[in-house]
Amino acid sequence: MGILEVKGVGKRFGGLAALSEVNLSVEENTVHAIIGPNGAGKSTLLNCLVGKLIPDTGSVMFDGQSVLGRKPHEINQMGISRVFQTPEIFGDLTVLENIMIPCFAKRDGSFRMHAFEQFAHEKELIEKSMAILEDVNMADKADMHSASMSRGDKRRLEMAMCLVQEPRLLLLDEPTAGMARADTNNTIDLLKEINEKRDITMAIIEHDMHVVFSLAERITVLAQGTPLVEDTPDNIKGNPKVQEAYLGESQH
Amino acid sequence: MLGLNKNDRTLLVIVAVLALLAPFILNPFPTDSSLAQFNAGYPDLMQKFVIFGIFAIGFNILFGLTGYLSFGHAAFLGIGSYSAVWIYKLFTYNVIPAMMLSVVMAAIFALLIGYISLRRSGIYFSILTLAFAQMSFALAYSVLSNPKFNLTNGETGLQVYANDIQMFHRDGLPDFPHIFGLSMGSTSKLPLGAWEFQFNVGYYFCAILMILAFYFSIRLFRSPFGMMLRAVKSNQQRMNYTGLNSRPYTLAAFVISGMFAGLAGGLLAATDPLAGAERMQWTASGEVVLMTILGGAGTLIGPVLGAGFIKYFENIFSKINDQVLHQWVSFMPDGLEDFVVALIHPFIGKGWHLTLGILFMLVVIFLPGGLVEGGQRIGRLFGRKKRAEDTADAAAKTPAE
Ligand SMILES: Nc1ncnc2c1ncn2[C@@H]1O[C@H](COP(=O)(O)OP(=O)(O)OP(=O)(O)O)[C@@H](O)[C@H]1O
Ligand SMILES: [Mg+2]
Repeated sequence: MGILEVKGVGKRFGGLAALSEVNLSVEENTVHAIIGPNGAGKSTLLNCLVGKLIPDTGSVMFDGQSVLGRKPHEINQMGISRVFQTPEIFGDLTVLENIMIPCFAKRDGSFRMHAFEQFAHEKELIEKSMAILEDVNMADKADMHSASMSRGDKRRLEMAMCLVQEPRLLLLDEPTAGMARADTNNTIDLLKEINEKRDITMAIIEHDMHVVFSLAERITVLAQGTPLVEDTPDNIKGNPKVQEAYLGESQH
Repeated sequence: MLGLNKNDRTLLVIVAVLALLAPFILNPFPTDSSLAQFNAGYPDLMQKFVIFGIFAIGFNILFGLTGYLSFGHAAFLGIGSYSAVWIYKLFTYNVIPAMMLSVVMAAIFALLIGYISLRRSGIYFSILTLAFAQMSFALAYSVLSNPKFNLTNGETGLQVYANDIQMFHRDGLPDFPHIFGLSMGSTSKLPLGAWEFQFNVGYYFCAILMILAFYFSIRLFRSPFGMMLRAVKSNQQRMNYTGLNSRPYTLAAFVISGMFAGLAGGLLAATDPLAGAERMQWTASGEVVLMTILGGAGTLIGPVLGAGFIKYFENIFSKINDQVLHQWVSFMPDGLEDFVVALIHPFIGKGWHLTLGILFMLVVIFLPGGLVEGGQRIGRLFGRKKRAEDTADAAAKTPAE
């Protein structure tokens, strides 16, 4: 049994079957990539996992518990964090504050009335946040207004916000899109290290095959809302069906 | 000290000193001079400054931090006033229990109204709060005022009558709101040369509460809770996917700001033991929005400045009449004098709202950050000048900056 078990999930938007009969099993402590052409339903699938959408059919189990019908914050508290396709950060806040918020969420739960405590006294959380900022090479930007950063930096910040929570399952929707080559390579190294050292399971959506083949232990290919194949990277590389559905299509 | 950093402590000290010395500061013109009408150092007006300061500080916790724009906060102001007057009627004129009930009742109503209104955000939230406030107004104005069950005394307003129970009232205690026997209305006057300064118990009671409210607001702004409220404004979706439930945060902010409004309403009844339904009308809700935005929403000192600014100009402009105007421009030839007076006439007296509207537009257009931004710009201007003087030589070589 995987830590994440998706069975028979279907989701329609009006007449469009964005997902149908999706089965997916992510093993604990692995990196599982989900690839597929634009519009294949990859983001929709993630939305069904984090409570943004409720699938019409099927079940989604995380660590033996259903996530369906739970609110996004409850699902996060179960141990699932998500990096979005377009960076979702707290633009009005500083970089450090952006990291502190998930720290508080992890330590204090979904609500706490800490109106008379002092931010500056949270030394432990500040240290933890600064450490994660070191990891993503952003420590020098800690006091920066996060809205004023480049898209690549926003992505790295969002990733750091998820990592600092030490989730059991990290969902990444195109984490390197819009990043410079060097940053992409740093991100690969970071994710690799995190997967190995901190035992964080990852499901990653990515168009960049360099990233996919550097990280993934299993790959699911999604096309038109259904999984085409699920296999190891080596087998996926040579699979003619994948060439046709994925690579073939992107050349048009 | 006090759990504040150096800048915040300075700010608190400035506000405290200004509030405590207001009878001097707001009374710069000698009593007999023609400018005396611009003085604001009399009890009535000073009380309004600090009471509406409290109202705006509370409103800013909700609007400035979370971005939720309530158009119904006057309901809590009214509830605070009614609660206080009921304490006077049933028990005692002592303001301490009266203020406590004001705050508690406002909290209860804020919890109810907030719980429902916060199911929506943006304009829908604003409209829901407005609807609740107008319902409260209607209840107070007519529904809850009939011979069988008279909770609000309708149009006349709730007040204390000689035949009221006043269980704990004793002979020798003032027949006016008081704090342990010291009447809110008692004023000692200090004549000093051409000036006369007035020290009013009611004012100092309100001022101390305003300083406490301001202190509380600084602490809240700097706390993790304050950061969460800013996160609500910034990106609620991210907040939810980060494992935080934004609903109780916004509700807590709503209730806290409702309690501040309740306290302000209670204080209005502490300085003048009367509660009327008009205090709950939408214009009163709008006024606190104006105060907060005019001063600078989301800043600490802004709402206090905005409240003072509006209450001051309301008082001064509404007092100026055509006669006063004629005096001012009497140096002009007759025809021109009449013309100028006619020109200014719509903006004074009852027309002062027109002036307020124009001031508000000017601020919003040119100083979106409110008076606080204006202050910062002036500060920067001086800062630059000073720096320029310090490095006069360098500046001469590179004038492009
Ligand atoms: N909320 C929505 N309402 C209607 N249609 C939607 C919605 N979300 C997604 N879709 C449609 O569902 C299909 C799958 O979209 P999805 O975003 O999941 O694709 P994707 O695989 O993530 O693509 P990309 O690689 O471009 O991000 C698309 O045709 C899209 O237009
Ligand atoms: Mg997508």
